[in-house]
Amino acid sequence: MKARYLIPFGIFMAIMAIFVLGLHKMSEDPNFARNVPSVLIGKQAPEIVLPDLFDQSKMVSSSSLNGQVWVLNVWATWCPECWREHDFLMYLAKKEGVKFFGINWRDDEAAAKKFLKDKGDPFVAVGFDPESRSIMNWGVYGAPETFVIDKQGVVRWKNAGAMTREVWEGELKPLLNKLEKG
Amino acid sequence: MRRFWFFALLLLPVLVLANIEAYRFDDPAKEARYRGLIAELRCLVCQNQNLADSNAELAQDMRRQTYEMVQNGSSNEEIVTFMVQRYGDFVLYSPPFRPSTALLWIGPFIIFVVGVVILLIFIRRRNKEPEVELSSAEHARAQSLLDNKK
Repeated sequence: MKARYLIPFGIFMAIMAIFVLGLHKMSEDPNFARNVPSVLIGKQAPEIVLPDLFDQSKMVSSSSLNGQVWVLNVWATWCPECWREHDFLMYLAKKEGVKFFGINWRDDEAAAKKFLKDKGDPFVAVGFDPESRSIMNWGVYGAPETFVIDKQGVVRWKNAGAMTREVWEGELKPLLNKLEKG
Repeated sequence: MRRFWFFALLLLPVLVLANIEAYRFDDPAKEARYRGLIAELRCLVCQNQNLADSNAELAQDMRRQTYEMVQNGSSNEEIVTFMVQRYGDFVLYSPPFRPSTALLWIGPFIIFVVGVVILLIFIRRRNKEPEVELSSAEHARAQSLLDNKK
């Protein structure tokens, strides 16, 4: 008969356990709560036309990569994960031949240039987007975000958060290999 | 005097309502639409805030986008479609009913029905409990106790 009064307590403990597990999962994966599914997967990639980060009198355009498999990387110097992933992006560009198109988002122009000068430039071209004009077309809500676009110009994949060896080997590399053949 | 300052201080939070960017509208109807839209569109960065409340930089840019579209004569529907095509249903505070959002809409009712069923089972079981039969000796004892009370 007494056990009955333990039921609400049991329910309370069960709810607490769910909260603790949820928080624990979030703390392990920084993107857990933020990974909003992209609606662009399988759709035609929005064209990017932006001022060139290195010379704003010129424009850079993603159409220069039409017919190729390419990777869009949205980055900024205010974003700590971008600092963390940069060396790996350099490796992918130089050793694995990944074609990165960069969008420098809401950044300080001088800081962005210095960043690429000091740490190396993995990008085929970098567009300067201080007002979110282009990134909004891509549904970007944080940095870094990385997209894969196939030869037909269709968005095939998106990753919010830093590019790591696990992501590269587990998802990106197999996908790029498949798309290069297709 | 002190009392006056006390009440004046109470008004301080109202200042927070002052908008961050003051957009100028050529038409009050457009301004009303703009206010309605930024109240129902969600900020993607701080996901429990709408665009109107959020100070995030992306929210500022999305407000500017909304403002520009309203000023250029886009309908509310066009602006909402523009946002949904880019950010998905997630950008809406009241998402449309679709297979992916079905649980969101039906979930509370399922929980309600489950609760009612549990309650009914509980009540029924209680009614079914057999009434306790008293022996004649117990009846007599009960009677004497009741008499004593008087």
